[in-house]
Amino acid sequence: MAPGDGEQLLSYPIPSDTALGPPAEWARLRQRCPVAKVALPSGDEASLLTRYDDVKQVLSDPRFTRLLNADDAARVSDSESGGVFNSAMAQSLPQGGEGHQRWRRMVARWFTAKRMSALRPGIEAMAERLIDAMLEHGHPADLKAHLAFPLPVWVICDLLGVPDSDRDRFAHWSDTLLNLTRYQQSEVDAAQAEFADYMAAHVAAKRTGPGEDLLSELITATGPGGHRMSDAELVATGQALLVAGHETTANMIGKMTAMLLADRRHWERLLADRSLVRTAVEEALRFDANPGFGMPRYIGEDTEVADTLLPRGTTVVCSMAAANRDETAFEGAGELALDRSPNPHLAFGAGAHSCLGQALARTELQATLDVLLRRLPTLELAVPAAELRRLEGLAVGGLRELPVRW
Amino acid sequence: MKVTVDQDRCVASGQCVVAAMEVFDQRDEDGVVVLLDPEPRAERAEDVRHAAAVCPALAIAIED
Ligand code: HEM
Ligand code: SF4
Repeated sequence: MAPGDGEQLLSYPIPSDTALGPPAEWARLRQRCPVAKVALPSGDEASLLTRYDDVKQVLSDPRFTRLLNADDAARVSDSESGGVFNSAMAQSLPQGGEGHQRWRRMVARWFTAKRMSALRPGIEAMAERLIDAMLEHGHPADLKAHLAFPLPVWVICDLLGVPDSDRDRFAHWSDTLLNLTRYQQSEVDAAQAEFADYMAAHVAAKRTGPGEDLLSELITATGPGGHRMSDAELVATGQALLVAGHETTANMIGKMTAMLLADRRHWERLLADRSLVRTAVEEALRFDANPGFGMPRYIGEDTEVADTLLPRGTTVVCSMAAANRDETAFEGAGELALDRSPNPHLAFGAGAHSCLGQALARTELQATLDVLLRRLPTLELAVPAAELRRLEGLAVGGLRELPVRW
Repeated sequence: MKVTVDQDRCVASGQCVVAAMEVFDQRDEDGVVVLLDPEPRAERAEDVRHAAAVCPALAIAIED
Protein backbone atom coordinates (compact mmCIF):
# COMPACT_ATOMS: atom_id res chain seq x y z
CA MET A 1 0.00 0.00 0.00
CA ALA A 2 1.45 3.36 -0.94
CA PRO A 3 1.45 5.89 1.85
CA GLY A 4 -1.45 8.31 1.65
CA ASP A 5 -3.62 6.25 -0.67
CA GLY A 6 -6.49 7.18 1.55
CA GLU A 7 -7.16 3.76 3.00
CA GLN A 8 -8.40 3.95 6.55
CA LEU A 9 -6.05 2.92 9.32
CA LEU A 10 -6.83 -0.64 10.36
CA SER A 11 -7.31 -1.32 14.07
CA TYR A 12 -5.05 -3.96 15.50
CA PRO A 13 -5.53 -6.65 16.72
CA ILE A 14 -7.96 -7.57 13.95
CA PRO A 15 -11.04 -9.32 15.39
CA SER A 16 -12.10 -12.70 14.07
CA ASP A 17 -15.65 -14.05 13.88
CA THR A 18 -14.79 -17.46 15.23
CA ALA A 19 -12.66 -18.81 18.06
CA LEU A 20 -10.50 -21.03 15.87
CA GLY A 21 -10.61 -19.36 12.46
CA PRO A 22 -8.49 -16.52 11.02
CA PRO A 23 -9.81 -13.02 10.29
CA ALA A 24 -10.72 -12.75 6.59
CA GLU A 25 -8.56 -9.62 6.45
CA TRP A 26 -5.31 -11.63 6.61
CA ALA A 27 -5.59 -12.99 3.09
CA ARG A 28 -6.27 -9.53 1.68
CA LEU A 29 -3.33 -8.03 3.55
CA ARG A 30 -0.94 -10.75 2.43
CA GLN A 31 -1.96 -10.25 -1.17
CA ARG A 32 -2.40 -6.52 -1.42
CA CYS A 33 -0.89 -4.82 1.58
CA PRO A 34 2.09 -6.69 3.01
CA VAL A 35 3.18 -3.67 5.06
CA ALA A 36 -0.06 -2.35 6.52
CA LYS A 37 -0.39 0.72 8.67
CA VAL A 38 -2.36 -0.18 11.77
CA ALA A 39 -3.52 1.59 14.90
CA LEU A 40 -2.59 -0.21 18.12
CA PRO A 41 -4.90 -0.17 21.16
CA SER A 42 -2.84 2.75 22.52
CA GLY A 43 -3.68 4.76 19.40
CA ASP A 44 -0.04 4.66 18.25
CA GLU A 45 0.72 3.60 14.73
CA ALA A 46 2.64 0.50 13.65
CA SER A 47 3.31 -1.47 10.46
CA LEU A 48 1.76 -4.92 10.33
CA LEU A 49 3.55 -7.73 8.47
CA THR A 50 1.52 -10.76 7.38
CA ARG A 51 3.61 -12.54 4.71
CA TYR A 52 5.74 -15.53 5.61
CA ASP A 53 8.96 -14.29 4.03
CA ASP A 54 8.66 -10.81 5.54
CA VAL A 55 7.88 -12.02 9.03
CA LYS A 56 10.74 -14.50 8.95
CA GLN A 57 13.12 -11.87 7.58
CA VAL A 58 12.30 -9.35 10.29
CA LEU A 59 12.37 -11.81 13.17
CA SER A 60 15.74 -13.11 11.95
CA ASP A 61 17.27 -9.63 11.54
CA PRO A 62 18.96 -8.42 14.74
CA ARG A 63 18.57 -4.77 13.67
CA PHE A 64 14.91 -5.17 14.52
CA THR A 65 15.07 -5.14 18.28
CA ARG A 66 12.67 -6.15 20.93
CA LEU A 67 13.41 -2.96 22.84
CA LEU A 68 10.22 -1.00 22.58
CA ASN A 69 11.39 1.63 25.03
CA ALA A 70 12.82 3.98 22.42
CA ASP A 71 11.18 7.40 22.63
CA ASP A 72 9.54 7.02 19.26
CA ALA A 73 8.57 3.34 19.58
CA ALA A 74 4.85 2.65 19.48
CA ARG A 75 3.19 1.66 22.72
CA VAL A 76 1.00 -1.37 22.40
CA SER A 77 -1.61 -0.17 24.83
CA ASP A 78 -1.97 2.31 27.65
CA SER A 79 -2.90 -0.24 30.27
CA GLU A 80 -1.87 -3.60 29.02
CA SER A 81 1.56 -4.50 27.81
CA GLY A 82 0.29 -6.55 24.91
CA GLY A 83 2.17 -9.72 25.40
CA VAL A 84 4.18 -11.82 27.69
CA PHE A 85 7.32 -10.90 25.95
CA ASN A 86 6.95 -7.22 26.61
CA SER A 87 5.88 -7.25 30.19
CA ALA A 88 7.14 -9.12 33.19
CA MET A 89 9.74 -11.03 31.27
CA ALA A 90 11.02 -8.16 29.26
CA GLN A 91 11.89 -6.33 32.43
CA SER A 92 13.75 -9.18 34.03
CA LEU A 93 15.98 -10.50 31.29
CA PRO A 94 18.56 -9.15 28.89
CA GLN A 95 16.67 -8.23 25.72
CA GLY A 96 19.42 -8.21 23.18
CA GLY A 97 23.08 -8.44 22.36
CA GLU A 98 25.71 -10.44 24.20
CA GLY A 99 23.99 -10.48 27.57
CA HIS A 100 20.95 -12.02 25.96
CA GLN A 101 22.92 -14.69 24.14
CA ARG A 102 24.90 -15.56 27.25
CA TRP A 103 21.71 -15.99 29.25
CA ARG A 104 20.11 -18.15 26.56
CA ARG A 105 23.13 -20.38 26.22
CA MET A 106 23.24 -21.02 29.94
CA VAL A 107 19.57 -21.91 30.17
CA ALA A 108 19.42 -23.84 26.89
CA ARG A 109 21.38 -26.73 28.35
CA TRP A 110 18.11 -27.75 29.97
CA PHE A 111 16.14 -27.85 26.73
CA THR A 112 18.13 -30.14 24.45
CA ALA A 113 16.49 -32.90 22.43
CA LYS A 114 18.19 -35.48 24.66
CA ARG A 115 16.90 -33.86 27.81
CA MET A 116 13.40 -33.78 26.34
CA SER A 117 13.42 -37.53 25.71
CA ALA A 118 14.35 -37.98 29.36
CA LEU A 119 11.56 -35.65 30.54
CA ARG A 120 8.85 -37.17 28.39
CA PRO A 121 7.80 -40.13 30.61
CA GLY A 122 7.40 -37.79 33.59
CA ILE A 123 5.23 -35.43 31.54
CA GLU A 124 3.07 -38.31 30.35
CA ALA A 125 2.62 -39.43 33.95
CA MET A 126 1.45 -35.91 34.86
CA ALA A 127 -1.06 -35.97 32.01
CA GLU A 128 -2.30 -39.39 33.19
CA ARG A 129 -2.86 -38.08 36.70
CA LEU A 130 -4.73 -35.01 35.52
CA ILE A 131 -6.90 -37.10 33.22
CA ASP A 132 -7.65 -39.53 36.08
CA ALA A 133 -8.94 -36.58 38.09
CA MET A 134 -10.98 -35.35 35.13
CA LEU A 135 -12.54 -38.81 34.73
CA GLU A 136 -13.42 -38.80 38.39
CA HIS A 137 -15.11 -35.43 37.97
CA GLY A 138 -17.16 -36.84 35.11
CA HIS A 139 -18.38 -35.24 31.90
CA PRO A 140 -18.99 -32.73 30.57
CA ALA A 141 -15.72 -31.29 31.83
CA ASP A 142 -13.59 -28.29 30.98
CA LEU A 143 -10.44 -29.81 29.53
CA LYS A 144 -8.66 -26.51 29.89
CA ALA A 145 -9.18 -26.32 33.64
CA HIS A 146 -8.55 -30.01 34.25
CA LEU A 147 -5.59 -30.65 31.98
CA ALA A 148 -4.33 -27.85 29.76
CA PHE A 149 -3.88 -25.21 32.46
CA PRO A 150 -2.25 -27.27 35.24
CA LEU A 151 0.06 -29.47 33.14
CA PRO A 152 2.55 -26.80 32.01
CA VAL A 153 2.75 -25.36 35.55
CA TRP A 154 3.58 -28.78 36.92
CA VAL A 155 6.27 -29.15 34.28
CA ILE A 156 7.81 -25.77 35.08
CA CYS A 157 7.70 -26.40 38.84
CA ASP A 158 9.58 -29.64 38.26
CA LEU A 159 12.10 -27.83 36.09
CA LEU A 160 12.70 -25.30 38.86
CA GLY A 161 12.77 -27.90 41.63
CA VAL A 162 9.63 -26.44 43.24
CA PRO A 163 7.77 -28.95 45.47
CA ASP A 164 4.43 -30.32 44.26
CA SER A 165 2.66 -28.65 47.17
CA ASP A 166 3.47 -25.20 45.74
CA ARG A 167 2.12 -25.86 42.24
CA ASP A 168 -1.16 -24.11 42.95
CA ARG A 169 0.59 -20.97 44.08
CA PHE A 170 2.64 -20.94 40.89
CA ALA A 171 -0.50 -21.35 38.83
CA HIS A 172 -2.06 -18.40 40.61
CA TRP A 173 0.96 -16.15 40.15
CA SER A 174 1.25 -17.00 36.50
CA ASP A 175 -2.43 -16.38 35.92
CA THR A 176 -2.31 -13.04 37.69
CA LEU A 177 0.83 -11.75 36.00
CA LEU A 178 -0.65 -12.29 32.57
CA ASN A 179 -4.21 -11.20 33.05
CA LEU A 180 -4.22 -7.48 33.43
CA THR A 181 -7.79 -7.41 32.24
CA ARG A 182 -9.08 -9.82 34.85
CA TYR A 183 -7.13 -8.57 37.86
CA GLN A 184 -6.63 -5.15 39.40
CA GLN A 185 -3.21 -3.61 39.10
CA SER A 186 -2.84 -3.95 42.88
CA GLU A 187 -3.47 -7.70 42.66
CA VAL A 188 -0.93 -8.00 39.88
CA ASP A 189 1.65 -6.07 41.90
CA ALA A 190 0.98 -8.22 44.96
CA ALA A 191 1.38 -11.44 42.96
CA GLN A 192 4.59 -10.15 41.42
CA ALA A 193 6.03 -9.30 44.86
CA GLU A 194 4.99 -12.63 46.40
CA PHE A 195 6.44 -14.53 43.50
CA ALA A 196 9.73 -12.63 43.64
CA ASP A 197 10.00 -13.28 47.40
CA TYR A 198 9.24 -16.95 46.93
CA MET A 199 11.82 -17.31 44.18
CA ALA A 200 14.50 -15.47 46.16
CA ALA A 201 14.00 -17.82 49.11
CA HIS A 202 13.87 -20.79 46.76
CA VAL A 203 17.16 -19.84 45.08
CA ALA A 204 18.79 -19.39 48.49
CA ALA A 205 17.55 -22.85 49.52
CA LYS A 206 18.95 -24.36 46.31
CA ARG A 207 22.33 -22.81 47.03
CA THR A 208 22.57 -24.71 50.31
CA GLY A 209 20.75 -27.87 49.22
CA PRO A 210 20.99 -28.34 45.46
CA GLY A 211 18.66 -30.80 43.70
CA GLU A 212 18.28 -32.29 40.25
CA ASP A 213 16.80 -29.20 38.66
CA LEU A 214 17.61 -26.37 36.33
CA LEU A 215 18.17 -23.77 39.05
CA SER A 216 20.56 -25.99 41.00
CA GLU A 217 22.52 -26.58 37.85
CA LEU A 218 22.56 -22.89 36.92
CA ILE A 219 23.91 -22.00 40.37
CA THR A 220 27.12 -23.93 39.78
CA ALA A 221 27.31 -23.52 36.00
CA THR A 222 29.72 -21.15 34.32
CA GLY A 223 28.66 -19.59 31.06
CA PRO A 224 30.70 -17.99 28.30
CA GLY A 225 33.56 -15.91 29.73
CA GLY A 226 33.28 -17.63 33.12
CA HIS A 227 30.00 -15.88 33.87
CA ARG A 228 28.04 -17.08 36.87
CA MET A 229 24.42 -16.14 37.39
CA SER A 230 23.64 -13.77 40.22
CA ASP A 231 20.69 -14.41 42.51
CA ALA A 232 18.77 -11.70 40.68
CA GLU A 233 19.39 -13.43 37.35
CA LEU A 234 18.31 -16.78 38.76
CA VAL A 235 15.10 -15.30 40.12
CA ALA A 236 14.44 -13.57 36.80
CA THR A 237 15.07 -16.82 34.95
CA GLY A 238 12.48 -18.61 37.07
CA GLN A 239 10.02 -15.84 36.43
CA ALA A 240 10.73 -15.78 32.71
CA LEU A 241 10.19 -19.51 32.33
CA LEU A 242 6.90 -19.39 34.20
CA VAL A 243 5.60 -16.36 32.37
CA ALA A 244 6.74 -17.50 28.92
CA GLY A 245 6.05 -21.18 29.32
CA HIS A 246 2.80 -21.54 31.18
CA GLU A 247 -0.11 -19.79 29.50
CA THR A 248 1.34 -20.18 26.02
CA THR A 249 1.50 -23.95 26.37
CA ALA A 250 -1.75 -24.22 28.36
CA ASN A 251 -3.66 -22.36 25.66
CA MET A 252 -1.99 -24.30 22.89
CA ILE A 253 -3.02 -27.62 24.45
CA GLY A 254 -6.59 -26.31 24.50
CA LYS A 255 -6.54 -24.95 20.96
CA MET A 256 -4.85 -28.04 19.55
CA THR A 257 -7.42 -30.33 21.13
CA ALA A 258 -10.25 -28.09 19.95
CA MET A 259 -8.95 -28.02 16.37
CA LEU A 260 -8.63 -31.79 16.26
CA LEU A 261 -12.12 -32.31 17.67
CA ALA A 262 -13.88 -29.54 15.76
CA ASP A 263 -13.73 -31.80 12.72
CA ARG A 264 -13.60 -35.19 14.35
CA ARG A 265 -12.16 -36.85 11.24
CA HIS A 266 -8.81 -35.47 12.40
CA TRP A 267 -9.18 -37.17 15.76
CA GLU A 268 -10.13 -40.43 14.12
CA ARG A 269 -7.20 -40.30 11.78
CA LEU A 270 -4.88 -39.91 14.76
CA LEU A 271 -6.57 -42.79 16.57
CA ALA A 272 -5.91 -44.94 13.53
CA ASP A 273 -2.31 -43.80 13.14
CA ARG A 274 -0.50 -42.60 16.24
CA SER A 275 2.69 -42.02 14.30
CA LEU A 276 1.06 -38.79 13.11
CA VAL A 277 1.18 -37.22 16.57
CA ARG A 278 4.45 -35.39 15.98
CA THR A 279 3.45 -33.81 12.68
CA ALA A 280 -0.07 -33.16 13.97
CA VAL A 281 1.36 -31.06 16.80
CA GLU A 282 3.41 -29.00 14.33
CA GLU A 283 0.39 -28.52 12.13
CA ALA A 284 -1.75 -27.40 15.07
CA LEU A 285 0.95 -24.84 15.91
CA ARG A 286 0.95 -23.63 12.33
CA PHE A 287 -2.82 -23.55 12.05
CA ASP A 288 -3.44 -21.68 15.29
CA ALA A 289 -5.20 -18.51 14.20
CA ASN A 290 -5.46 -17.14 17.72
CA PRO A 291 -1.97 -16.99 19.22
CA GLY A 292 -2.22 -13.51 20.70
CA PHE A 293 -0.79 -10.22 19.67
CA GLY A 294 2.17 -11.19 17.49
CA MET A 295 5.71 -9.91 17.94
CA PRO A 296 6.41 -6.19 17.95
CA ARG A 297 9.84 -5.03 16.83
CA TYR A 298 11.50 -1.64 16.58
CA ILE A 299 13.91 -0.51 13.86
CA GLY A 300 16.42 2.25 14.58
CA GLU A 301 17.48 2.83 10.96
CA ASP A 302 15.83 3.14 7.55
CA THR A 303 15.28 -0.23 5.97
CA GLU A 304 13.16 -2.08 3.42
CA VAL A 305 10.70 -4.90 3.81
CA ALA A 306 8.59 -6.21 0.91
CA ASP A 307 9.94 -3.38 -1.28
CA THR A 308 8.49 -0.86 1.13
CA LEU A 309 10.61 1.68 2.96
CA LEU A 310 10.38 1.45 6.72
CA PRO A 311 11.71 4.74 8.06
CA ARG A 312 13.86 4.60 11.19
CA GLY A 313 11.75 4.67 14.29
CA THR A 314 9.11 2.36 12.81
CA THR A 315 7.48 -0.20 15.06
CA VAL A 316 6.47 -3.32 13.18
CA VAL A 317 4.16 -6.05 14.37
CA CYS A 318 4.92 -9.50 13.00
CA SER A 319 1.83 -11.68 12.72
CA MET A 320 3.27 -15.17 12.75
CA ALA A 321 -0.22 -16.64 12.57
CA ALA A 322 -1.01 -14.75 9.35
CA ALA A 323 2.38 -15.76 7.97
CA ASN A 324 1.65 -19.38 8.84
CA ARG A 325 -1.36 -19.26 6.53
CA ASP A 326 0.59 -17.82 3.61
CA GLU A 327 -0.22 -19.88 0.51
CA THR A 328 3.14 -19.05 -1.03
CA ALA A 329 4.91 -20.80 1.85
CA PHE A 330 2.51 -23.67 2.64
CA GLU A 331 0.66 -25.69 0.06
CA GLY A 332 -3.01 -25.81 1.00
CA ALA A 333 -2.31 -23.36 3.81
CA GLY A 334 -5.99 -23.12 4.69
CA GLU A 335 -6.26 -26.86 5.37
CA LEU A 336 -5.20 -28.70 8.51
CA ALA A 337 -2.93 -31.42 7.11
CA LEU A 338 -1.87 -33.71 9.94
CA ASP A 339 1.00 -35.19 7.96
CA ARG A 340 2.52 -31.92 6.71
CA SER A 341 6.30 -32.29 6.66
CA PRO A 342 8.54 -30.38 6.78
CA ASN A 343 6.52 -27.70 8.52
CA PRO A 344 8.66 -24.59 8.97
CA HIS A 345 5.93 -22.60 10.73
CA LEU A 346 6.70 -19.50 12.75
CA ALA A 347 4.61 -20.21 15.85
CA PHE A 348 7.77 -20.08 17.98
CA GLY A 349 9.17 -17.08 16.15
CA ALA A 350 12.53 -17.18 14.35
CA GLY A 351 16.05 -15.93 14.86
CA ALA A 352 17.93 -15.08 18.02
CA HIS A 353 14.79 -14.67 20.14
CA SER A 354 12.86 -17.65 18.86
CA CYS A 355 11.26 -19.59 21.66
CA LEU A 356 13.80 -20.97 24.08
CA GLY A 357 11.27 -23.47 25.38
CA GLN A 358 10.11 -24.78 22.01
CA ALA A 359 11.48 -28.28 22.49
CA LEU A 360 9.73 -28.48 25.85
CA ALA A 361 6.49 -27.07 24.44
CA ARG A 362 6.57 -29.66 21.66
CA THR A 363 7.21 -32.42 24.16
CA GLU A 364 4.31 -31.30 26.34
CA LEU A 365 1.96 -31.08 23.37
CA GLN A 366 3.01 -34.47 21.98
CA ALA A 367 2.81 -36.15 25.38
CA THR A 368 -0.63 -34.69 26.09
CA LEU A 369 -1.99 -35.69 22.72
CA ASP A 370 -0.59 -39.21 23.00
CA VAL A 371 -2.11 -39.71 26.43
CA LEU A 372 -5.46 -38.23 25.40
CA LEU A 373 -5.70 -40.54 22.39
CA ARG A 374 -4.82 -43.52 24.56
CA ARG A 375 -7.05 -42.73 27.52
CA LEU A 376 -9.99 -40.95 25.91
CA PRO A 377 -10.44 -42.23 22.35
CA THR A 378 -14.12 -41.26 22.46
CA LEU A 379 -13.33 -37.64 23.34
CA GLU A 380 -15.53 -35.01 21.67
CA LEU A 381 -16.54 -31.39 22.07
CA ALA A 382 -19.47 -30.93 24.45
CA VAL A 383 -20.58 -27.75 22.63
CA PRO A 384 -20.65 -26.93 18.90
CA ALA A 385 -17.27 -25.56 17.81
CA ALA A 386 -19.00 -22.30 16.87
CA GLU A 387 -19.80 -21.76 20.54
CA LEU A 388 -16.19 -21.83 21.70
CA ARG A 389 -15.12 -18.40 22.93
CA ARG A 390 -11.79 -16.62 22.74
CA LEU A 391 -10.03 -15.29 25.81
CA GLU A 392 -10.32 -11.56 26.28
CA GLY A 393 -7.22 -9.41 26.46
CA LEU A 394 -4.04 -9.06 24.51
CA ALA A 395 -1.50 -11.15 26.29
CA VAL A 396 -1.89 -14.74 25.09
CA GLY A 397 -4.47 -16.07 22.68
CA GLY A 398 -6.57 -19.00 23.71
CA LEU A 399 -10.01 -20.36 24.48
CA ARG A 400 -11.91 -19.37 27.58
CA GLU A 401 -12.82 -22.97 28.21
CA LEU A 402 -12.97 -26.26 26.37
CA PRO A 403 -16.06 -28.29 27.31
CA VAL A 404 -15.62 -31.94 26.36
CA ARG A 405 -17.23 -35.33 26.96
CA TRP A 406 -16.15 -38.88 26.24
CA MET B 1 25.70 -33.47 -0.08
CA LYS B 2 27.80 -31.12 2.06
CA VAL B 3 26.44 -29.66 5.27
CA THR B 4 27.68 -26.72 7.35
CA VAL B 5 26.30 -25.27 10.56
CA ASP B 6 26.65 -21.81 12.05
CA GLN B 7 27.10 -22.27 15.79
CA ASP B 8 26.86 -18.53 16.47
CA ARG B 9 23.38 -18.33 15.00
CA CYS B 10 22.10 -21.59 16.50
CA VAL B 11 19.39 -21.07 19.13
CA ALA B 12 19.52 -24.64 20.47
CA SER B 13 16.03 -25.63 19.39
CA GLY B 14 17.06 -29.24 18.88
CA GLN B 15 14.96 -29.48 15.72
CA CYS B 16 17.88 -30.74 13.63
CA VAL B 17 18.62 -33.54 16.11
CA VAL B 18 15.01 -34.67 15.98
CA ALA B 19 15.08 -34.61 12.17
CA ALA B 20 18.46 -36.28 11.62
CA MET B 21 20.19 -37.55 14.72
CA GLU B 22 22.93 -39.31 12.78
CA VAL B 23 24.02 -35.98 11.37
CA PHE B 24 23.37 -33.44 14.16
CA ASP B 25 23.86 -33.40 17.90
CA GLN B 26 23.76 -30.72 20.59
CA ARG B 27 26.48 -29.76 23.08
CA ASP B 28 25.58 -30.71 26.64
CA GLU B 29 26.64 -27.39 28.13
CA ASP B 30 24.58 -25.03 25.97
CA GLY B 31 22.51 -26.99 23.48
CA VAL B 32 24.40 -25.56 20.49
CA VAL B 33 24.43 -27.73 17.37
CA VAL B 34 27.32 -30.09 16.67
CA LEU B 35 27.77 -31.44 13.17
CA LEU B 36 28.47 -35.17 13.38
CA ASP B 37 28.63 -35.84 9.68
CA PRO B 38 29.47 -33.03 7.22
CA GLU B 39 28.97 -35.30 4.20
CA PRO B 40 25.92 -37.43 4.90
CA ARG B 41 25.08 -40.39 2.69
CA ALA B 42 22.39 -39.99 0.07
CA GLU B 43 19.73 -41.84 2.07
CA ARG B 44 19.99 -39.22 4.78
CA ALA B 45 19.66 -36.29 2.39
CA GLU B 46 15.94 -35.88 2.90
CA ASP B 47 16.21 -35.78 6.69
CA VAL B 48 19.02 -33.25 6.47
CA ARG B 49 17.01 -31.05 4.13
CA HIS B 50 14.14 -31.33 6.57
CA ALA B 51 16.44 -30.19 9.39
CA ALA B 52 17.60 -27.18 7.41
CA ALA B 53 14.02 -26.24 6.54
CA VAL B 54 12.77 -26.27 10.11
CA CYS B 55 15.84 -24.73 11.79
CA PRO B 56 14.44 -21.53 13.35
CA ALA B 57 17.82 -19.81 13.20
CA LEU B 58 18.65 -20.51 9.53
CA ALA B 59 21.86 -22.02 10.90
CA ILE B 60 22.12 -25.03 8.59
CA ALA B 61 23.42 -24.68 5.04
CA ILE B 62 23.45 -27.41 2.40
CA GLU B 63 25.52 -27.72 -0.73
CA ASP B 64 24.69 -30.50 -3.16
C1 HEM C 1 3.09 -23.65 22.63
C2 HEM C 1 3.77 -23.00 23.52
C3 HEM C 1 4.67 -21.83 23.24
C4 HEM C 1 4.60 -20.89 22.25
C5 HEM C 1 3.58 -20.77 21.13
C6 HEM C 1 5.72 -19.99 22.46
C7 HEM C 1 6.01 -18.92 21.63
C8 HEM C 1 7.11 -18.10 21.77
C9 HEM C 1 7.47 -17.06 20.85
C10 HEM C 1 6.71 -16.69 19.59
C11 HEM C 1 8.62 -16.48 21.31
C12 HEM C 1 9.41 -15.39 20.61
C13 HEM C 1 9.37 -14.07 21.25
C14 HEM C 1 10.03 -13.00 20.37
O1 HEM C 1 10.41 -13.26 19.24
O2 HEM C 1 10.14 -11.88 20.86
C15 HEM C 1 8.96 -17.14 22.54
C16 HEM C 1 10.03 -16.81 23.35
C17 HEM C 1 10.34 -17.46 24.52
N1 HEM C 1 9.75 -18.60 25.02
FE1 HEM C 1 8.16 -19.56 24.24
N2 HEM C 1 6.43 -20.39 23.55
C18 HEM C 1 5.84 -21.51 24.07
C19 HEM C 1 6.26 -22.26 25.15
C20 HEM C 1 7.36 -21.97 25.93
C21 HEM C 1 7.84 -22.77 27.03
C22 HEM C 1 7.24 -24.11 27.48
C23 HEM C 1 8.92 -22.11 27.57
C24 HEM C 1 9.79 -22.48 28.73
C25 HEM C 1 9.44 -23.14 29.78
C26 HEM C 1 9.11 -20.90 26.78
C27 HEM C 1 10.10 -19.98 27.02
C28 HEM C 1 10.38 -18.92 26.21
C29 HEM C 1 11.42 -17.95 26.49
C30 HEM C 1 12.34 -17.94 27.70
C31 HEM C 1 11.40 -17.02 25.42
C32 HEM C 1 12.29 -15.81 25.23
C33 HEM C 1 13.45 -16.16 24.38
C34 HEM C 1 14.40 -15.01 24.13
O3 HEM C 1 14.07 -13.88 24.38
O4 HEM C 1 15.50 -15.29 23.66
N3 HEM C 1 8.16 -20.86 25.79
N4 HEM C 1 8.03 -18.14 22.79
S1 SF4 D 1 17.72 -26.70 14.34
FE1 SF4 D 1 19.02 -24.90 14.06
S2 SF4 D 1 18.77 -23.72 15.93
FE2 SF4 D 1 17.97 -25.74 16.35
S3 SF4 D 1 19.71 -26.81 17.29
FE3 SF4 D 1 19.74 -27.26 15.12
S4 SF4 D 1 21.08 -25.71 14.23
FE4 SF4 D 1 20.55 -25.01 16.27
